[in-house]
Formats: sequence, C-alpha cells, structure tokens
Amino acid sequence: MSTVFERPKALSDVLMHYCPGCTHGIAHRLVAEVLDELGVCDNTVGVAPVGCAVFAYNYFECDMIEAAHGRAPAVATGVKRVLPNAVVFTYQGDGDLAAIGTAETVHAATRGENITVIFINNTNYGMTGGQMAPTTLPGQVTTTTPYGRDPKLIGYPIRVCELLSTLTGTAYAERVALNNVKNVRNAKKAIRKAFEYQLAGKGFSIVEILSTCPTNWGMSPVEATRWLEENMIPYYPLGVYKDIGGDK
Amino acid sequence: MAKVTFREDWCKGCGLCVEACPKKILALSEKRLNSAGFHPAEMTDQEKCIACAFCATMCPHVVITVEK
Amino acid sequence: MADKVLVKGNEALGEAAIAAGCRFFFGYPITPQTELSEYMAKRMPKIGGTFLQAESEIAAINMVLGASSAGARAMTSSSSPGISLKGEGISYIAGSDLPAVIVNIQRGGPGLGGIQPSQSDYFQATKGGGHGDYHLIVLAPNSVQEIVSLTFDAFDLADLYRMPVMILGDGMLGQMMEPVVFPEHSERVLPEKTWATDTTKGLRKKNIINSLYIKPDVLEKINFERYARYAEVEAKEARYEGYLLEDAELVITAYGATSRISRNAVNALRAKGIKAGLLRPITLWPFPKDAYKSAAKTAKAFLTVEMSMGQMIEDVRLAIDCLRPVHFCGRTGGMIPTPGEIEAKAEEIARDF
Repeated sequence: MSTVFERPKALSDVLMHYCPGCTHGIAHRLVAEVLDELGVCDNTVGVAPVGCAVFAYNYFECDMIEAAHGRAPAVATGVKRVLPNAVVFTYQGDGDLAAIGTAETVHAATRGENITVIFINNTNYGMTGGQMAPTTLPGQVTTTTPYGRDPKLIGYPIRVCELLSTLTGTAYAERVALNNVKNVRNAKKAIRKAFEYQLAGKGFSIVEILSTCPTNWGMSPVEATRWLEENMIPYYPLGVYKDIGGDK
Repeated sequence: MAKVTFREDWCKGCGLCVEACPKKILALSEKRLNSAGFHPAEMTDQEKCIACAFCATMCPHVVITVEK
Repeated sequence: MADKVLVKGNEALGEAAIAAGCRFFFGYPITPQTELSEYMAKRMPKIGGTFLQAESEIAAINMVLGASSAGARAMTSSSSPGISLKGEGISYIAGSDLPAVIVNIQRGGPGLGGIQPSQSDYFQATKGGGHGDYHLIVLAPNSVQEIVSLTFDAFDLADLYRMPVMILGDGMLGQMMEPVVFPEHSERVLPEKTWATDTTKGLRKKNIINSLYIKPDVLEKINFERYARYAEVEAKEARYEGYLLEDAELVITAYGATSRISRNAVNALRAKGIKAGLLRPITLWPFPKDAYKSAAKTAKAFLTVEMSMGQMIEDVRLAIDCLRPVHFCGRTGGMIPTPGEIEAKAEEIARDF
C-alpha cells in the first residue's frame, strides 16, 4: 500500500488548540506541506502573531519567534536582514495584520522585503471572543458590532490584497479560501508559489486565506464554509492581485 | 483497496471530512466519544473508498491518513 | 585604531557599535539622535552592515528583536518620545530573554516636550518603561570616551545576560566633541547563542523565541529565573565613579552631562572650604547602592543634580535608607543647571553642618 495522504513532517506532532472546524489547522498544514515539498524546513524561521494563531510557534518544526501584536513583519524583516538566505514567513490574522499591524504590513511590502506573509482573514478577532476586525463585513454581527457593522459609523472592511497590490515592492498577492477541497488545493498552490518567489528573491509575497470561525460566527463548521462562500467571497473575490512573474 | 485511518483522539468532530467525502461513507460516530469528549469521524464503508483524500484535505486537525 | 581621534558623541557611539560587532541598525528620525542614525546610514553599507530606516520606532525595535533572535548584534536609537513607542518592543525583548542595545538621547518631556537636553526619562529607563516584571541594564556615559567604552560594554552585557541594555545619554553628550581611542575588541568571553532562531540546519531541534506563558505557575517560574539573573547583574555590574568622596560631608550626585557640571561645582565648593564630593553612577540600573551606603558614612547630606523634576533622587534615598537628608537641585524642560546654581544650593545646605 502506498500513502496517499499523511501528516507533513514540518507540522509538529502535537494537537493544535484550534476550535472544531476552524480552518487555521488546514492553513498550518498547507504551509507545512510546502516547507516539506520545497525541502526548506531546516532553513526556515517562522514568526507567529498575536491572535488565534499565537501558539503557531508550537506547530511548525522550523525555528519560530512569537511577535508582539501586529509586529510580525518587522520581526521577520530583522531576521531576514540577518539571514538573507533563510526562508522567513509570518503567519497573521486580520486584526494583527490589517489593524494594529497595518504599518508593519504595508511597509514590509513596499520595501519589497523578501518574506512570505500568510494572512488568515476570518472577519473577526477570534482569540478574544469575536470582536469586529478590519475585515468584518458590512452588517456582520460581532460582539463589538452587536447591531451589525454599520459602515456609516465605523467604515468599511479593508481588502488587503487589493491594497498591497498597488505597491511596487509586492511581488505576489493572491487571495484563496479554505471552504472546500478545490479551494484548499488552490490555496496550497498559492502558498507554494509565494515561498518559491521568496526563494527566487523576488520580494514580498502574501497569500490571503479566507478562513472560517465557526465558534464566533455561531454556526456549525459546515455551515461556516457555506457562509464563507456566500458572504466573504463576494466581498473578497478570490484570485491573483499581483504577480510580477518572471520579471525582476 | 483504499484505507483511511483516523488518529481518533485528536478528532474534534467538526464534520468537514464527512461533508467533503464524495462517496458519503464517513460519519460522526453517534455512539462513541473519543478521549476529548467529541463524537469522532469514522468510516462506514471502507469498500467504497476511492482514496481521493478529500476528507484529509479538509481535516483541520490533520488526523486522517489515506493509503491505497 | 589606537590613535586618538576627535569625534562627536553621537558619531563615537555609532563607530563604537560597529567596532563592537554590531552590523544591524534600525532607526527612525527624531531630534536629537538623528545624527547617530545618519552616521549609521553612511557607515553600515561600507562595512557590509545593514542600516534600515523603519516606518516607526515600534517597527525599528521589533526589527531589532528579529535580528537579535537570528543571533546578530543589533541596535536601535531614539529620543524620549520615540523610546515610549519602543516600550512595547523592549518589554518583549526582555520577556524573550534577547540581547539588544537601545540608545536614548533624552530630550525634555512629557509629551512632545522639547528638543533640548534632559534627564527626565530616568524612571522610564530604570523602572521599566514597558509592561511587566523586567529590567534593563542602563548605562550613563558622561564623556565621549565613555560613550565608546560603554557601547562596547552594552553589547557584551546584553549578550552575557541575555537582556536589553540601554545607553542613556542626552543631547549635550551627543553633540560634544572630544578626543577618543576606539578599542579593537572586547576582552570578555561570551556564551554561544545556542538559543538563536537562525534555522535548525537539520542539526538541532527547533528553537522558539517567545514571551508568552499561559500557565501562571510557569510564567512565575520564568520571572523568578530572570530575577535571579538580575540579582547577579546587581551583584557584579554596578559601577560608579567617586570624586573627593573620602572626607565628603556633602555628597553631590549626578549622572551623564550634569555630573560634569557638578564636578566643577565640587571644585568650586572645595575652594570655598566646603567638603564636597561627587558620586557619579555609571550604571543607573543596577544602581550602585553600596557606593551610596559607604558615602553616607562621612556625608552629612546628599544633593542630587538632575535635568528633571527629581527622579534619581528617589533611588538615592532608597540606597541610603533615608539615613541622611537628600536635597535636590534640578532644571527641567531642556534647561541646564549651572555650576553657580549647584554651588548656591550646596552652600545653603552646608550652612546647617
């Protein structure tokens, strides 16, 4: 018998803390699979965020750093400048990357910092119990938008890939989703491409991953995948927003 | 001949594998609980499995191994 | 490099950092430390180092955290308002047991304050500044030569004790030009950085740099361990300079730029027959408590001189268990006390002897 599917080596052999049905675990696995396939795990430094993925440092077999909230791209910059031949990635949520860490994100991108950012967009602050995130959809109920997000009062969600694609330093920006098998497979291709771009020295690469949060959305894991498809994808269309391709 | 095995104690019973299975041969156990107190996913008809690994692709806790 | 060269304080600091092996400098412009960043911007590319102007002080200190995690000697510099922004990162560096060197060329505060020299960040530097149970080693040079030697020490102490070290200066020292000699290298034997996240290379298990401990008993244990290290620093690394202390009845105490002014005042007071001496802490943390205790044996009173509303004075009182009166002479907001002001205050105190 041959193995069709098994746990990647770069994913630590520990039970992740994520809630049932939360797709963070899938994103972790895809990153680990790519590290394995590219054979770079022992030459990689990962930077974990503050938020649901705060314990990501326990889940990857490469060296890991736990950064302050929003500061992962700055920390990754410091690492990459010291170890230019190492693979350096950050793994961040929407509050971390697009609210408190907006400056670090935008400037790492505009510097063309040769790092890879894995960005989990699940439209809320999961770890603290489901508050409004910069990516919370108009009308979406969270614990701090109990009557639904009203753009007149608190503005509109940020479309991160679109924003970063305007920057010259961004080499690659793609939005993917984890709501079904096909999209998960596409997500892996995007993650692989992002790491390959880093290995080729092309500059800043980001994969925005639309992810579910069944616990805070208040629905079953399967319902959450449908909610993602019906509500998030229309607002956050999937696809490649920037790809400098073979140039540079 | 395909074989799907579950690291059952790590299963959180989310059901994403059940939903993903094209042959509809996975189910959350109705009777059993695992050591964490979840109803774990289980194979109901191994004969029909085509080793597509859709279940493993969607499993957030990476508890599924697929062989053929 | 044994020749004496005439350099400005800010530039001496930069060159000393390079001589000490620092190849990564992350800066952000703010008066009055910008010259140091500019100097590093000029020098680093020529020696294969990295100067990076960050998008904020917050980013700069986190870049230092990353570079230090990767095993490199890294530094950032700023001035008071910028140091407040770095407070978060400094706390994380301390909590992650990382070495780092942070330069604060102080200016007047609070808020945006002013751009003239000040010593009003003493509390911030010595009592934390960021959140949590931690300390920085705080070094306070008072000459350009000492800026050089303490910069060497800063990197060594940071590596030795795996903790952030702050060089606390002020605009006066930064601008001052004096002849200095640059040492070639440090004499200290330092531990290998086996903890660094510099990739496993397949040779070891992964390293984790982290300051998060969800279980309270674990966090308490980590803090206890860190404080055991701090106790060692307090026992071994406290430094001061004494001047005419042996028979001093009035001990004037000041650090950094105000210690130079105070020394002039001590000389003038001696000429007037007042037995004054100077106790200058070189390390503000650890505070050289023993030196104060022994000075208290002859002293009838202490006089702290600061460019602040009075901050170090609290440590002086604590160091001598309030055994002697501790007086204060200070200016704030960027104003600098004159030798005359110090003398007048000293003479007023000495009338009661």
